[in-house]
Amino acid sequence: MGQLPEWTALAPVLILAVTGLVLLLIDSIDADTTNSALLAGVSTLGAAAALAATAWSLATGVGQDNGAILLFADALVVDGMSLFFTAIFTSVVVMVTIASYDYLHGHRHQGEFYSLVLFAASGMALMASANSLATVLVSLELASLPSYVLVAYLKQNRGSVEAGLKYFLIGALSAAVFTFGVSLVYAATGSLIFADVAEALSGGEFVGIAGLGVLMVAGGFAFKTASVPFHFWAPEAYEGAPAPVSAFLSSASKAAGFAVAFRVFVEAFPLATIPEGINWVLAFQILAVVTMTLGNFAAATQENVKRMLAYSSIGHAGYALIGLAALSAGGSANGNVLGASMAHLFVYGFMNTGAFLFIAMVERWGIGRTFEDYNGLATQAPVACVAMSVFMFSLAGLPPFGGFFSKYFLFFEAIENGFWWLAAIGALNSVLSLFYYSRVVRAMWFEDPSGPVELGSQPVGLYAALMLAAVGTVLLLPGFPPVIETAQTVAGTLFA
Amino acid sequence: MIIEALIAFTFVAALVAFVLPDRLAGRGAFALSLVPVVGSLYMWSQFDASGNALLQGGQTAFETTVPWLQLAGYEISWYVGVDGISLPLVVLTTVLTSLAIVSAWTPIQHRQSQFFGLMLFMEANLLGVFTALDFFLWFIFWEAVLVPMYFLIGVWGGPRRKYAAIKFFVYTNAASLIMFIGFMALVLGLGDSTSSFALPDVAQALRAGELGSFYGLDASTLQVVAFAAMFFGFAVKVPVVPVHTWLPDAHVEAPTPVSVMLAGVLLKMGTYALLRFNFTMLPEVAVEYAPFIAAIAVLSVIYGALLALAQQDLKRIVAYSSVSSMGYVILGLVAYTAYGVGGATFQMVAHGLISGLMFMAVGVIYNTTHTRMVGDMSGMADRMPVTTAILIAGAFGYMGLPLMAGFAAEFFIFTGAFQSTVIAGNGLALFTAAAMFGIVIVAGYLLFAMQRTLFGPFRLETDYEVGRAPLHDTLPLAVLLVCIIALGVAPEIFFSMITDAVDPVIGGVLQ
Repeated sequence: MGQLPEWTALAPVLILAVTGLVLLLIDSIDADTTNSALLAGVSTLGAAAALAATAWSLATGVGQDNGAILLFADALVVDGMSLFFTAIFTSVVVMVTIASYDYLHGHRHQGEFYSLVLFAASGMALMASANSLATVLVSLELASLPSYVLVAYLKQNRGSVEAGLKYFLIGALSAAVFTFGVSLVYAATGSLIFADVAEALSGGEFVGIAGLGVLMVAGGFAFKTASVPFHFWAPEAYEGAPAPVSAFLSSASKAAGFAVAFRVFVEAFPLATIPEGINWVLAFQILAVVTMTLGNFAAATQENVKRMLAYSSIGHAGYALIGLAALSAGGSANGNVLGASMAHLFVYGFMNTGAFLFIAMVERWGIGRTFEDYNGLATQAPVACVAMSVFMFSLAGLPPFGGFFSKYFLFFEAIENGFWWLAAIGALNSVLSLFYYSRVVRAMWFEDPSGPVELGSQPVGLYAALMLAAVGTVLLLPGFPPVIETAQTVAGTLFA
Repeated sequence: MIIEALIAFTFVAALVAFVLPDRLAGRGAFALSLVPVVGSLYMWSQFDASGNALLQGGQTAFETTVPWLQLAGYEISWYVGVDGISLPLVVLTTVLTSLAIVSAWTPIQHRQSQFFGLMLFMEANLLGVFTALDFFLWFIFWEAVLVPMYFLIGVWGGPRRKYAAIKFFVYTNAASLIMFIGFMALVLGLGDSTSSFALPDVAQALRAGELGSFYGLDASTLQVVAFAAMFFGFAVKVPVVPVHTWLPDAHVEAPTPVSVMLAGVLLKMGTYALLRFNFTMLPEVAVEYAPFIAAIAVLSVIYGALLALAQQDLKRIVAYSSVSSMGYVILGLVAYTAYGVGGATFQMVAHGLISGLMFMAVGVIYNTTHTRMVGDMSGMADRMPVTTAILIAGAFGYMGLPLMAGFAAEFFIFTGAFQSTVIAGNGLALFTAAAMFGIVIVAGYLLFAMQRTLFGPFRLETDYEVGRAPLHDTLPLAVLLVCIIALGVAPEIFFSMITDAVDPVIGGVLQ
């Protein structure tokens, strides 16, 4: 690594951004192109290359062995954590772009679609690397703006447009809240770089202003991660958006929100030195409990599968929040809890993306969205239904799938760090979730189709993406050690 | 490596069966399932374990340990091996799966490849349950068994199959969660005395009295709480009264081959786990609360038998009698003597074979008559002499007639229970005497049902041609009957290896 300039550590972000630009170029050469194979192929290759670069960096210890690499006057940082999260985003993007090849069949403006996905992904990768509140703001918007457009991509569809508008309005509001929070923190500390903020805060001046700022910053993250009380947009947006976009938003975008939240709160507002008046852990404990409970209860009452998944995605945000909620000043297992949360997001990237891609497939077949519409689907498409069953059971945390380990590690580490009640609430929610996840499985396998179902074509891309996600979900059980070890190691360095 | 090979092969076989065309799936799955049978018989022939796998001095056979991952300083590993308690159950699993697959050829007429794929998938996980020696590995297999079972009941079951499948899933899954918490509390309460989830480590540390306090519970309370949590979790699986209500629903709705697996192997998971966890790891608590456990056992025996007596559906009769038979297993376990615990383990195998036989025979009759109601048929012996003969032989086995496996098992259990001193003043003998009345009731309802359905003039209101069953329906019955008689004539086939593994369990407490 020594011979390469330092900025090359940002290779994954750059690859994503350049691929987005290349797509625009292709599109501008032939504006009316519907050569979706070319567009999907280029985006998948770009995302895969970014994933490969990330994996290579993780494996060779870039930003980890010799300490984090700080770039551009400390505004960006490349370390194990940013790479770990970039791995999540890029693997989700690979699946989403493969699946979009079929989903977008016959739609116009495909070039724009793929380039927006890649721009959003580069924004997310930047979010994971942000080391200054200003960079957080910029990268957050870079990730959000394409997302608004993507949600409204089906512009002939009222639901899609309405969802995009809702998403945009709430996004704009929370961006304002977040920005105001940042400015308050700046007012109290005189800095935007995380480390300097932390140092200034430990002085104990302007605790009131800083506290308000921290709270508002937390609100901004609650929006991005679809946590209560800024979760209202999520069911609408996920339901209205094209299903691959829902997959992208609920897996990658959410993980990006957590990436920044983890780094900001652990590095800029460290528990060890922050004044006592700013007890953000309490805020996250409330957020975690309310988010997981509300998400799961709401999911249990849905009739529409896509909406159910949207609410369950809120529930999972609640689980991931345990990573922040179960921290304590000097807690012996702080790094392990945070790492377990990151590992859960990694597994979640596969199982949740897969679940939404299955819905994309169903939408492609034109079947319908309620549980009843899924009746008897297994007789028509057994392989896809096996994959969906894997996702459902994995999301519920049942063995032998990846979600089992990621959930149990999360709960177990929370107990280890002294928060057994958080783990207990999480486990109870998990049991509840089995109820609605198994409804999907039951509809697909047990019920007889209510009418003759003709599925038509077998979308190759969607099948490929679905299999990728399913195999990933299954293999993440035996293959969990490297994920959790990497996650806990890189999370541990934040507390060092 | 043979255990890994068996499990891996069965998983692959499940995938193969899943993608086979429907008309080939039944034959293909049977051919594939013969490999685990041969493998397990080979294991039996090469078996060289001594003592109990979990306790000091125990030497497991075919052991493998590969580190897997770290959880908060605890080592989780791929750790498998068999001793004299698990090997008979491994053999039972492979043999019964093969026979169940054959018995599915007739009744399963749609989505065959999925059905047989799931059967093999379940077999692989069952093999894992009986061989895993690391708690996490074991728990993964334990829970994974639920998934195929859920589909097998829910897709191929009777009219109320969805209800039965959900009930089965929710009951046993909630029970597993409670059991999981109980065991975790033990491990965390052990603190630094164990650094892994390996069952031998945990068992030996617990036996050595290294349990500390945990979240304000002192060691003795923690023991009792964990024992109760685990007991509840396993009791649902066994099942014992009053948490047995999922079983009749599941059995009645499940197709015959699935009932065979459910009664033959899945229920044994519960008693096997009770023996491995509760009675091996926390013997003091087991002895302290022996009167309660014995009372539950007797209640299961008598109540299960009375429920069976009240049924009109042949399959329900066999299902409820499982509750009764599993009660004997609990009684043998709580006796805490070599004959008691050994007999309980022997009964697991014997009941697996006998209940498998009964369910299959009822299934064969149902295949031709399309009814299972005792009142609807009469004189089946005229039309189906071979099936009738085997069914009666199986019923005799259930009643515990000598030279059948059931007799040997019950004899061991009662002998062990009468010798037992876990309850002061020979108290367990009283419980045992009460439980033995169960045999009378069993004989009562079985003979009554047999007499009404099989003998007398032939009468059956149906449009179907009622005649002899095809050979492939009858052969598995014959194989099972041979096994049952073999175990009854020569219990030593398994009993010596069982006692070898059981002796260390009881050696620890009550010299």
